[in-house]
Amino acid sequence: MTKGTVSGVVSNMVTLKVDGPVYQGEICYIETGGDRLMSEVIKVVGSDVYVQVFESTRGLKVGAVAEFTGHMLEIQLAPGMLSKKYDGLQNDLDKMEGVFLKRGQYTDPLDGDRLWDFTPIVKPGVEVQGSDWLGEVIENSQTLKIMAPFQLKGKAKVKSIVPKGQYRVADVVAVLVDEQGNEVDVNMIQRWPVKFAMTNYKQKPRPFKLLETGVRTIDTFNPIVEGGTGFIPGPFGTGKTVLQHAISKQAEADIVIIAACGERANEVVEIFTEFPELIDPHTGRKLMERTIIIANTSNMPVAAREASVYTAMTMAEYYRSMGLRVLLMADSTSRWAQALREMSNRMEELPGPDAFPMDLGALISNFYGRAGYVYLNNGETGSITFIGTVSPAGGNLKEPVTENTKKVARCFYALEQDRADKKRYPAVNPIDSYSKYLEYPEFAAYIKERINDQWIPKVLDLKTRMLRGKEIAEQINILGDDGVPVDYHEVFWKSEIIDFVILQQDAFDEVDAVTSLERQEEILDLVVEICNIDFKFDNFLDVVDYFKKMINLCKQMNYSVYKSEQYNDFKQQIVAMLAGHK
Amino acid sequence: MATTAFQKVYTKISQITKATCSLKAKGVGYDELATINGKLAQVVKIAGDDVTLQVFEGTGGIPTNAEVVFLGTSPVLKVSDQLAGRFFNAYGQPIDGGPAIEGREVEIGGPSVNPVRRKQPSELIATGIAGIDLNNTLVSGQKIPFFADPDQPFNEVMAMVALRAKVDKIILGGMGMTNDDYYFFRNTFSNAGALDRIICFMNTTEDPAVERLLIPDMSLAAAEYFAVEKHEKVLVLLTDMTSYADSLSIVSNRMDQIPSKDSMPGSLYSDLAKIYEKAVQFPDEAGGGSITIIAVTTLSGGDITHAVPDNTGYITEGQLYLRRDSDVGKVIIDPFRSLSRLKQLVSGKKTRKDHSQVMNAAIRLYSDAANAKTKMENGFDLTDYDNRCLDFAKDYAGQLLAIDVNLDTTEMLDVTWSLFRKYFKLEEVNIKKEFTDVYWGN
Repeated sequence: MTKGTVSGVVSNMVTLKVDGPVYQGEICYIETGGDRLMSEVIKVVGSDVYVQVFESTRGLKVGAVAEFTGHMLEIQLAPGMLSKKYDGLQNDLDKMEGVFLKRGQYTDPLDGDRLWDFTPIVKPGVEVQGSDWLGEVIENSQTLKIMAPFQLKGKAKVKSIVPKGQYRVADVVAVLVDEQGNEVDVNMIQRWPVKFAMTNYKQKPRPFKLLETGVRTIDTFNPIVEGGTGFIPGPFGTGKTVLQHAISKQAEADIVIIAACGERANEVVEIFTEFPELIDPHTGRKLMERTIIIANTSNMPVAAREASVYTAMTMAEYYRSMGLRVLLMADSTSRWAQALREMSNRMEELPGPDAFPMDLGALISNFYGRAGYVYLNNGETGSITFIGTVSPAGGNLKEPVTENTKKVARCFYALEQDRADKKRYPAVNPIDSYSKYLEYPEFAAYIKERINDQWIPKVLDLKTRMLRGKEIAEQINILGDDGVPVDYHEVFWKSEIIDFVILQQDAFDEVDAVTSLERQEEILDLVVEICNIDFKFDNFLDVVDYFKKMINLCKQMNYSVYKSEQYNDFKQQIVAMLAGHK
Repeated sequence: MATTAFQKVYTKISQITKATCSLKAKGVGYDELATINGKLAQVVKIAGDDVTLQVFEGTGGIPTNAEVVFLGTSPVLKVSDQLAGRFFNAYGQPIDGGPAIEGREVEIGGPSVNPVRRKQPSELIATGIAGIDLNNTLVSGQKIPFFADPDQPFNEVMAMVALRAKVDKIILGGMGMTNDDYYFFRNTFSNAGALDRIICFMNTTEDPAVERLLIPDMSLAAAEYFAVEKHEKVLVLLTDMTSYADSLSIVSNRMDQIPSKDSMPGSLYSDLAKIYEKAVQFPDEAGGGSITIIAVTTLSGGDITHAVPDNTGYITEGQLYLRRDSDVGKVIIDPFRSLSRLKQLVSGKKTRKDHSQVMNAAIRLYSDAANAKTKMENGFDLTDYDNRCLDFAKDYAGQLLAIDVNLDTTEMLDVTWSLFRKYFKLEEVNIKKEFTDVYWGN
């Protein structure tokens, strides 16, 4: 293997002189004071190789020796990852010793001794290709596939496969013979370089299946789909993290991967503390069982922060190859972009807008492009739904990360300071936010099947009413309550009904936090019914009075257990209130 | 730090800028300290045998033949129980005339706590100030700044909070503090008889600006000693983090780095996060100590979109705003913009059950009062409800939000209930029946 010696140090960028070939992105370890510092090649100029070190470079001296590994930054994929807490480089945080993270400490992401009940699903003699399913194991009641090596080229024949029984991840469970006649031992571990997208599928069609999140402002107003992409920009204090946690708790997904990328450690601790207690509303199992957390908090090394989102995406692709529905959340992609900026700055590259690297847009779009709904080679489907948060500097959405993300993500959930100040949570702006999927004919066809063909027209009607309500609110502000016709007040208060009853939702209330699709349908129908009544009030005070009462009743209904006596009681009261006006 | 016999002395400086010196040297470690004619400096760049040093007190008076000695370590602090009650400069040297500290040397700016070894914060820090305890409860292990204009009395509030909080140690890190404010803190702590709990690292406006880059790491190294090894509850006060950030931008500018927003270095977020994330609650297995950070970020004309408050807001767990209330003529903690992200971990759990509901109801009514005020100013007629809201707002601001109140949380809740009863009807406060049944009374 190639060796190098340190010739320069600026913060976590180190220059090496090397004695042989290296390739871009190759991993090397620099030896210093007994610690081995993992580093990645980011630039080569003649015999000078620039590497970014994933750790603190304190005390590093010229002349220190670096050893190249011959591979890029790659992670290990195998059963045993669920419920784990990793750092951005896939070190198992629970296995690390001591209270403080020690430099140069790398831990095994897998549990080598754990035995898995393996069941073969192919027979000797069968022809397979890379990523084809060979067998199954069950982890936390989730069936996982053991696949032919992702790197396998062309076709191969199964020479032998072990019988049903207990095996460790590193045990050979099958032997394949490739096209050249070479025998390939297969165990349960796959390796994959994180910066490369896995393209082991047949086709990536436009996604169309609604992904239920239980959050009304998303499901009803701006739905996201299995394999879809979305992003949540918002100034600090507008509830990005609460919304992300709500989605990851409630979404109808088989696997949830949360990449805490450069954010607060206490937020990760909250997940560690709560998820093992909370129940997945769709399966009744513990949430932690389907969750993997990649925690590279803001005080952990910057270069590993950049790696963390790729690590998370690669894990998502691994599970998608098994035909699972994966939800990937990254909080926040701005911190990832900032990590890129810090490095670009140290390499003295010419800066793009706001000193971000010029290729920021390309990196973001390639990353979002790795999500998607796919048909695997065996005809099964799998998906990665990706939702990233963006932390725009100064809350200004005209900044490079937001703008570049907007070009690629299909759903936009704009969190707004003004709504947050008014405690209208989730603070998703109903007018600026959008879901492109509402326009997909594939999605319309699916919704017609799953709900009915009136759903989308109704949603679009309410959206128009929200816009109209906002316009009228502005007029009332200028002209005063008496300065506009009474029916303007009615239009405005109808938009308030939509806001209070559908869009606002109490993430901390046990009942209101998650709304089933069936219940959302009922609420939507009710709100549409209210909006379609022509009330003909005499003066604006009556309008205000009536709608405030109506909002109160609807909210009490939202707080009541679905179809409970209390729920029916409130619904009766609402119907009675409406009856006088039909 | 005396030189020892076998240390190599370099005497040929090849380049001097306002903040850095460069020379040819071998075997130098990154981040290592050196002295240049006795002035302390730190290695910031190594390129082959060219070494660039950042000189903390500035390069004025350094000759090209100055004696440069490398010390072989990055900045260290000697830690022991002797730290308690002492005042130090940015290098951790006593400035109170007392003897040098004996203890173990630890490198400052050490590694981060493994997130899985943290405990979710859950212990309330009572300050007696209702604007904090009632509306924005502080929790031990939290990190929270005051966002304040330079003329606001944030230092006074911070000193008060520190003295009232039941903590074992208070560590004050002063960055670019005026001499007058430094003496204010010294006198306040000494008058309160709290000096034995105080440890102070001070960089005043009279000291070189770059030195203050060491203050947060020094303060937190001391905090970690007491929290990790002595299992104590430590409160760290950092004032003012904006002058810390200004020093960062000076250094990055001198090193020809490309500035990002507001002339701040592109790494500002990571630089600030490394400091604030030292706030931690350790689990009982690790002794149960904690580090809580209360900082000050001064604003320019209340502008929170500036890079320093903006990045800080994304890192810290909330922020506190001060405001002068013209109705009562007192400084209050602004209930609208202030936020403690950790308050739901204690309110109603470590305090009375009605806490959250009462807090929200009061703030909602206070916001109705603000709307009524706008209405009044615009010349529209006020309803009876509007007038009652305005009266409520005055009492609420004077009796609760003002920074000069000192009550325990239960008293705060009782006062709020009495104001509700005085000005509103039961159905106007919108509080769950189970609480109004108990506290509304007759």
